[in-house]
Amino acid sequence: MDWFPLYNSLRIAAISTAAVFFLGIWAAYYIAKLPRLVKGALDVVLTLPLVLPPTVVGWLLLMLLGPKRPLGAWVLEAFDVKLVMTWWSAIFATIVVAFPLMYRTARGAFESFDQNLADAGRTLGRSNTWVFWRVQMPVCKQGILAGTVLAFARALGEYGATSMIAGYTPGRTATISTTVYQLWRTNDDAGAARWVLVNVAISAVFLLAVNLLETRQRQTRKGVR
Amino acid sequence: MALSVNIRKKLGSFQLEVQFDAEQGIPLALLGASGCGKSVTLRCIAGILKPDEGQITLDGVVLYDSAAGIDLPPQQRRVGYLFQQYALFPNMTVRQNIAAAVRDRKARAGVAAEKLRQFQLESVADLRPDQLSGGQQQRCALARILASAPRVILLDEPFSALDSYLQDQLEVELAQTLEQFSGPVVWVSHDRGEVFRNCPQVCVIDRGTSQPVTSLEELFRNPGTEAAARLSGCQTCIRAVPGGDVVSLPDWGLTLSCRRSVPPEIRCVGIRAQHVHPAAPGEENAFLCTIVRQIQNETADVILLRPEGSAPQAPLLRMELAAHTRFPEDRITVAIAPQDILLLH
Repeated sequence: MDWFPLYNSLRIAAISTAAVFFLGIWAAYYIAKLPRLVKGALDVVLTLPLVLPPTVVGWLLLMLLGPKRPLGAWVLEAFDVKLVMTWWSAIFATIVVAFPLMYRTARGAFESFDQNLADAGRTLGRSNTWVFWRVQMPVCKQGILAGTVLAFARALGEYGATSMIAGYTPGRTATISTTVYQLWRTNDDAGAARWVLVNVAISAVFLLAVNLLETRQRQTRKGVR
Repeated sequence: MALSVNIRKKLGSFQLEVQFDAEQGIPLALLGASGCGKSVTLRCIAGILKPDEGQITLDGVVLYDSAAGIDLPPQQRRVGYLFQQYALFPNMTVRQNIAAAVRDRKARAGVAAEKLRQFQLESVADLRPDQLSGGQQQRCALARILASAPRVILLDEPFSALDSYLQDQLEVELAQTLEQFSGPVVWVSHDRGEVFRNCPQVCVIDRGTSQPVTSLEELFRNPGTEAAARLSGCQTCIRAVPGGDVVSLPDWGLTLSCRRSVPPEIRCVGIRAQHVHPAAPGEENAFLCTIVRQIQNETADVILLRPEGSAPQAPLLRMELAAHTRFPEDRITVAIAPQDILLLH
């Protein structure tokens, strides 16, 4: 069995989760401070990929990154790099669809953060950066972690936009989800079933890890009292 | 060494206009009802909120000056702010919380150890804030503030997060800590007892507007406004019409002598419960009242009285007497000495 789709899926999900982690937190931090009207408008735009069909996201991305489209043509011209139909093209798709999950959970966590803690840090002479990384992030750890896990899971399972922007080339752009589709399409049910099992196993391990993490946190908190 | 504040700020329909000076060694109380702008004032001093205009100076250093365009960030103001719920960092131990406030990296561990000892927190140094008792949390917050070497200490309702039985003991501790502090102290409170015990100087804030700083005795003897009178414990305030050296109280159908000329701008008089007493024969300012209710307190009784000739919705008069006083009838003649009538704007 060729394990490339597993390796490819994992690296795409890992890279896009890392990107979405910082992008989502950055957006949540600054957007939480904006006036309500601007916040509402940005919220709609940034959450849209969560509710749009992945094929719509894929089409929009192709309209932007395709070799004959503005950004894609410019990058091709300037760097001689094609943005679509490579293994890392899928990262664009997974970033866009996973971003709203990270952004929304992080924003929820930041909004329930007690602003007095930040103010206390600042009156004690600590920089905003220190307060953010040493107080706000640890206090909001659970929400941030939940967002990261959701974003990773979503990125790992992405199919629609990925298949449009990266296609399916065995050994080059194939991911678990596109492989399952391809194997089923070619009547290789046994092959498809193997990848389905792999996918289920990864998801189960993931959810188990999240559950363990949660119970451990609950226990440390209980031990406190 | 003094803090000087003169600021204005609009928050929605609420207008804050506060002016006071606090000197070293004399804790100044900002006394006001909930929502009068006390906490907003502290936040402006700390640099967390920005006033619309005015000046704030501390030891000659300008912290904020709208005209000169100066607005120091909170990090540079050196203001020790004790938050209502203490705002201890929940992800850090007591020791880390205190160390976080020390600016000099090399001195951090030493100062933290010294403050832990000084505030008797050594036994809980490695616990997190939610494992501490309320009193320990307050000590930790104070230790953290002092570790940051502040030039002024701001206390925002320091006992609001504590059970009342803890307050008596902690108040003594807090007072001792503040005595050793060599800068101005601003103590925000809505509790006059707390203020009377701890702050010789008082600035009353009424719906966003500060009144001149007065001494405690002055606040008690001559509060000046109805808000100040109520905050100083005077529960009976009633509409009054000045008339030379008497005031007439239309709600009670009474005219009382003040034995001093009553300024024409007086709108209200205050009568403290402890200044009302059963009238001696022939006493001035005596009038007949119906006893409405007798409220028993630990050391004294409060008797609610309705003066004869009261309008139907008129406020009741309160009289404080020794506990368990018995009244033979349901009516009594009481009197108020002219000098005890508080003339209020």
